[in-house]
Amino acid sequence: MHGLNTTALDSLHRTLGARMVDFAGWAMPLQYPAGILLEHRRCREKAALFDVSHMVQLEISGANAARCLERVVVGDIQGLAPGRTRYTLMTNDAGGVVDDLMITNLGDRYYLVLNAARREADLAHLEAHLDKNCVLSLLDDHSLLALQGPLAAGILSDLNPEASLQTFMDCRTMNIGGCECRVSRLGYTGEDGFEISVKADRAASLASLLLSKNEVGPAGLGARDTLRLEAGLCLYGHELDEETTPVEANLSWAISRRRRQTRDFLGASRILDEVEHGPARLLVGLRLCGKAPARAGTVILDDAGREVGRVTSGCYGPTVSSPVALGYVATPFNATGTKLGVQIRGRTLDCDIQTLPFVPHRYKR
Amino acid sequence: MPTYFTKDHEWVAVEDDIASVGITNHAQEQLGDIVFVELPEAGRVFEMGQDAAVVESVKAASDIFAPISGTVVEPNQALETNPALVNEDAEGQAWFFRLRPSKPQELDQLMQRQDYEAFVASLK
Repeated sequence: MHGLNTTALDSLHRTLGARMVDFAGWAMPLQYPAGILLEHRRCREKAALFDVSHMVQLEISGANAARCLERVVVGDIQGLAPGRTRYTLMTNDAGGVVDDLMITNLGDRYYLVLNAARREADLAHLEAHLDKNCVLSLLDDHSLLALQGPLAAGILSDLNPEASLQTFMDCRTMNIGGCECRVSRLGYTGEDGFEISVKADRAASLASLLLSKNEVGPAGLGARDTLRLEAGLCLYGHELDEETTPVEANLSWAISRRRRQTRDFLGASRILDEVEHGPARLLVGLRLCGKAPARAGTVILDDAGREVGRVTSGCYGPTVSSPVALGYVATPFNATGTKLGVQIRGRTLDCDIQTLPFVPHRYKR
Repeated sequence: MPTYFTKDHEWVAVEDDIASVGITNHAQEQLGDIVFVELPEAGRVFEMGQDAAVVESVKAASDIFAPISGTVVEPNQALETNPALVNEDAEGQAWFFRLRPSKPQELDQLMQRQDYEAFVASLK
């Protein structure tokens, strides 16, 4: 654990008995003494608090900021209303994904949240493609907390009723327990919830305040992973990388109609060709018949025993009570309902392609 | 009942020429919530150190090695329906399989409890 970056909640994690692991160069809680299963269930049934301060937060300002951002992402940023957030993707010339991220229109500037593991690549990419008159400011003095679960809205509204006015992907600045916070109604668990950006020196007191509520328990990266997998959400480095296009990753919905017409994003020719003709492989959800989980790298077979794909993420799904996996499967074997096999320790186990998500999203629309 | 331990965090308890094999309490704490266990069938023959079983936590799969050579006489079917038993009683009810040792002298190469506890302490 030496030489790792630590978040402002580091001593709180240790006090709570977290098992800390190296994640993208950060000492982060994998789980607390409750364990991944209970932390997962608490998030689905009540509310869980995650420290996601390792993620990169930054702001981009400048007269042409929206237009500049559209050079590096596939989403409609010029059409993004003030106070609204959009999930989008940065692409490269070959149509591969540089990173997936959230962009919020703050009125006079844009707020971005990116993956910690992609920090250097993202900053280099932005540097290379943004105009000189765009100013990029890193918010390294800010922490990011995620309060997720069906009770999250009630808990936050008790602290500031403004939270109850927000719908999915709304962002506003509000005071929570004496701290000035940027509160976005979103998350990466499939549940209703909020991500709260706060100055690092106030993060521990805010976290303690939220954890003082009976319904809230801390949850680590282990539960975050099982929750996002059941919610069918991509994790960079597993489902997404620089060789994978948004279309292959089943994220075509993130490419707005206007951007499809203007074709002015990096990798547009390959990406839009795949939108039109279909990709050679597609990210799908797999439900396994047995109890053995299929882990990342597991070979996926067709009914004749030929390799047609690979699992990218797999675990036991605590809410669906069976093993679930995400993986890329070649066309034409990737239609919903297709019966396939996964090769686990020399044996072929039955699975079939399921509609994602495995657990329905419960966002506040 | 004499109990022996390996550096791979398995225990072996011998009674009436039959050895029960499981993972230690330290191992189950490290693995976290156990969601799946794959056990060898009765009749399987193992040499010391061979892959014998698989234990899967929410996050990852781990191999269980045969701590001594022998023939499996019984897998613990209770673990197939309730893998969480490993978290609840790793060194008791949650034995993985029982085997008839073919080279009982191999037990001399394993650790006594006191040595195992010192070994675990050295890992921290």
